[in-house]
Amino acid sequence: MTGKLRRGVAVVGAGVTKFGAYPRQDSRDLFVDAFRELVASVDKGFDPAAVEALYIGNYSSDLFEHQGHLAPILADWVGLTPRAALRVEDACASGGVALRQAVLAVASGLYDVVLVGGVERMTALPTEAVTDTLATAGDVLYEFPAGFTFPGFYAAMATAYAARYGMPYEALMEVARKNHENGSLNDKAQFGMTIREVMDRRIARAEEKGGPVPEWRDEREFLRDPGANPPVAWPLRLFDCSPITDGAAALLVVASKVARRFTDRPLRVLGTGQASDACLYGRTDLTSLRAAREAAAQAYRMAGVTPSQIKLAEVHDCFTIAEVLAIEDLGFFPPGQGWRAAVDGATRRDGRIPVNTSGGLKAKGHPVGASGVAQVVEVWKQLRGEAGPRQVPADVDLALTHNVGGTGQTCVVHIFGRG
Amino acid sequence: MAERDFTRTSFAEHLAEGRLMGVRCRACGALSVVPRVVCASCRASDPEWVELSGRGTLEGFTVVHVPPTPLAAAGFGRDNPYASAVVRLAEGPWITAQLVGVDPKRPESIRVGLEVRAEVIGEGEAARLAFRPEG
Repeated sequence: MTGKLRRGVAVVGAGVTKFGAYPRQDSRDLFVDAFRELVASVDKGFDPAAVEALYIGNYSSDLFEHQGHLAPILADWVGLTPRAALRVEDACASGGVALRQAVLAVASGLYDVVLVGGVERMTALPTEAVTDTLATAGDVLYEFPAGFTFPGFYAAMATAYAARYGMPYEALMEVARKNHENGSLNDKAQFGMTIREVMDRRIARAEEKGGPVPEWRDEREFLRDPGANPPVAWPLRLFDCSPITDGAAALLVVASKVARRFTDRPLRVLGTGQASDACLYGRTDLTSLRAAREAAAQAYRMAGVTPSQIKLAEVHDCFTIAEVLAIEDLGFFPPGQGWRAAVDGATRRDGRIPVNTSGGLKAKGHPVGASGVAQVVEVWKQLRGEAGPRQVPADVDLALTHNVGGTGQTCVVHIFGRG
Repeated sequence: MAERDFTRTSFAEHLAEGRLMGVRCRACGALSVVPRVVCASCRASDPEWVELSGRGTLEGFTVVHVPPTPLAAAGFGRDNPYASAVVRLAEGPWITAQLVGVDPKRPESIRVGLEVRAEVIGEGEAARLAFRPEG
């Protein structure tokens, strides 16, 4: 095993739908929207007939939409039959793993041009059924009967982390505040509002109705109010959790040797890593995801870079505590220091290492199979200087994506540079 | 009597009999609460059933206010939350289970490191593992 790609791989186009709730659109419609934006994003133009294969990240169209065998339908909906089309499933890491499979296929020399899609349509189900469906990313034999929900898993990690490192739970609110602030600058985000704006809107509505007007002095007080921010799985509350979302994203992945046909400003895939782990009962530590550390080590080794060289990261903040664990597992901060980084502002857009400039899963939304692909769309924009009002001030020449499946039974990490 | 196969069905049958049984790898001695044939430590395929003490400590826990469908149907929810935990048994291996005998409306009163003891809640096919604080 060399731990290297056999030839260079580049990203030359990217598209993403606005994330949200779309009662009139099925997953194929969302994917078509992302695909059309991708086509328009290719600087030198792009004939979709050049695509040789389609890799789809999707967690569970079966349970969310009662639709199996999704990939060929998506291929047909964008006119790509008879090209190979396949669906990749690793829970919430499905999108990142689909990208990795596409990268490996191009690196092998089999294909020069492949399309990667990620899609999930979640809002058609009632919340309890979404909770059930997400919980199947854990172990339905031994975790589900124990009463664990998906927020519950991460809540248990939060209690373990707080007990070991002395983190006050209110520190997690700072992750939510930052990501909502970033999301307010992202026109594709489900919650394009700061928490302050959410709070002000609630006050305005109460005033309109003529009912009792809440007296929150600032957004921290708002977040402390169990009426405004109720517990979902204590210690995690509503604003610690990513939302239920519909959305899709797409990437055009090509061999570096043909990248200049599409653009003079491609992204280079410098590193890719993926790892697995047992469910919670098979772990020895709840304060870190072993699969994330392993996947990151693989990606850093392949790219030949160290964590301190990374200028921007999109990490899997399905819950606020997950971002804290991620920035430690990725080596940006030592174990036990991630929560302090969130409080100190080190992960803000102007901080030492900007994290989740898109708003993250928290504010941008989390259509699970699409999230790992959408992370790369943000990196595409930031590396090319096209992120508009949320463009980070520092020159971003090296960026990382971190996409987790389940409670960390899967993690996939990618590192991107320019050229 | 032939040894029970190393499946969830056997695990559940043991619980219905009021016993917490796990497996030990005869090759390396590694223990698992969850029955499995291939040892996660040494990959040998030579397990045996062992009765576990049921004593343990909390590694982490949560109080669930938005339950999945089966627990919502059982009456749990926003006004009636329940606790679930990751427990490290005295013998070493971990297991996930519901936590009873605590006050879910006062989660601050539950602590990582709390000493707990296993018990079976429900009967027959509905028998499930739970833990209760010691003493």
